[in-house]
Amino acid sequence: MTDPFDAPLEDLPGDADLADPPDLSGPLTPSGNLRRRQMISRFVGAVQTASALLAVAVLGIVVYSVASRGASVLSFSFLTENPPAFVGLPGGGIAPAIVGTAVIVALATAIAMPIGILTALYMTEFAGRWQARALRLALDLLNGLPTIVVGLFVFGLLVVGHHQSGFAGAFALAIIMLPLIARATQEVLLLVPTGLREAADALGVSRWRTVFGVVLPTARGGILTATVLAVARAAGETAPLVLASSIYANKVSINPFGHEGLPNIPVYIFTASEEADRYGFARAWGAAFVLLMFILLVSLASRAIDRRTTLSR
Amino acid sequence: MHAGTRVVGGRPANTRSGTHPSDRLGDALLRGVCLLAALLAVLAIVAISYQVIHGARPSFARFGLGFLGHSTWQPNFGVFGAATFIYGTAVTSLMAMLLSVPLGISIALYLSLMAPRRVRAVIAPLVEMLAAIPSVILGFWGILVLGPFLQAHLEPFLHSTLGFIPIFGPTPTTGSGLFIASLILTIMVVPIIASISRDLFLAVPRELQDGATALGATPWEVVRGVVLPSSASGIAAAAFLGLGRALGEAIAVTQVIGAGNFIHTSLFQTGDTLASRIADQFQGATTRLQISSLFYLGLILLVIGLLANLAAQLITRRFDVSKVAAR
Repeated sequence: MTDPFDAPLEDLPGDADLADPPDLSGPLTPSGNLRRRQMISRFVGAVQTASALLAVAVLGIVVYSVASRGASVLSFSFLTENPPAFVGLPGGGIAPAIVGTAVIVALATAIAMPIGILTALYMTEFAGRWQARALRLALDLLNGLPTIVVGLFVFGLLVVGHHQSGFAGAFALAIIMLPLIARATQEVLLLVPTGLREAADALGVSRWRTVFGVVLPTARGGILTATVLAVARAAGETAPLVLASSIYANKVSINPFGHEGLPNIPVYIFTASEEADRYGFARAWGAAFVLLMFILLVSLASRAIDRRTTLSR
Repeated sequence: MHAGTRVVGGRPANTRSGTHPSDRLGDALLRGVCLLAALLAVLAIVAISYQVIHGARPSFARFGLGFLGHSTWQPNFGVFGAATFIYGTAVTSLMAMLLSVPLGISIALYLSLMAPRRVRAVIAPLVEMLAAIPSVILGFWGILVLGPFLQAHLEPFLHSTLGFIPIFGPTPTTGSGLFIASLILTIMVVPIIASISRDLFLAVPRELQDGATALGATPWEVVRGVVLPSSASGIAAAAFLGLGRALGEAIAVTQVIGAGNFIHTSLFQTGDTLASRIADQFQGATTRLQISSLFYLGLILLVIGLLANLAAQLITRRFDVSKVAAR
């Protein structure tokens, strides 16, 4: 391919060929074909537009598939009843899975949020440049870890020799949420104007009072957005839960420290997808619909918070 | 916020002498607690690595590095090898990257340079929302909607037109296989590459592009001559992040890949990846050696996953796109 800047700069429409390679030593004479170049450009533009439309279309198809199959299953009893006792029976609901997911995600958030925010605070308020950089690397690596590996870790740490539990699942999800919350919070804290901190310093306010009185309140919206997005991510996370909380009784339970795992929506869908049972499929579509709506609404909501607070991206 | 408003002779806040003891205690306490939290984050990586290595030890003692090149996986006979899954991981991730890098870049080009502001404000969030779909739902959709479609239309078509290439073999009876797994991974990776690349392209200085335009370059020539070269390293980092995601995806792949035990040349046949084999067999695993071998697979996954992410970080260290990458 010739570099566009080697090509002559002006051109007459209708010049027929691009056969002659541009002679760099020669004078600048028009020899390219403007019409051809513009056609290529237009073609590439069309390809770009098409790929963007393709991505939107895929999203549309997935959401439509889930909504059209899931909405017909959805009813009050679907949300409040237990699933049938045996595979292959119609009816029933996913109440245990909804409650279990809520408990697991809430517990995971309760673990990950304070640690994440404090880690971010350490990076922006206390750490030197080298430390902050190392921490950032560690968090980014943690974020990039395959979630199934996190599941193996929790399995080895909490499940082997004991039993599955909602807590093990929540612990795994907390590890996945931690880097998301910490990195996003760090970005928001960096946006808090230095002037505010200096003003507090100038008034003789101690560091910890500055943090709790000035820095955190200023960044509140952004931190909230970060947490909400992490919740959306954790709610649909399946791989670690397959290892940590996938053996459970089909009844509503809110005890994350029981002798078996807590039912949850992702594992419910995963299990149903492995069994050839059309009633199971129908319930799984319903569960997928509930989960997807929750996640999309939460993402939209966080976007709205994001837009209203000035101190966030 | 009432106390602590004494004026203290112009010293920086953290080296102040003569502050109230409670303030000094508060400072030290906050610093300590924050440090503790930060250490926990670092500890998590170390502990995860340790636990996975620890779990893999019995299998490593039994099979050694030969595990990597051995393609037999027979739990009943206590023989385990990872070659089939390494192959499956490599093929699906490679296919996903081949599709998602050009797609992601052209979406990003559309969003950053072509689309009118209003259109961009609608499409950009939609593309990011694609990344928010849980993998288990994408996989479920893959089995029941995409799979039958591919089996009925796309795969026979590819076989009849490109069948002379061995990777496009005849369509088997199931809709599962490496091909659909690659497509599902593509759907997951495209939004990652698109959103990072878009921010990279938006950061390319306007003057450079205007300069090229003023010299007579067409829009595509501006992209090829200015925009892409000046963001090449960032795109590479984005691709590595996407690769890390594709390598490690367990659930959606498990659902659509068909848990095959053999290496097939044809993409339409079943296979398995490292991550999907773990997700698939963990519950049914009975012997200690099998569980340990699954941990061994996890160890391989951990190493290549860390390498892909480290590569991305090393590239971004020079060109700071990591802000974008953390999303």
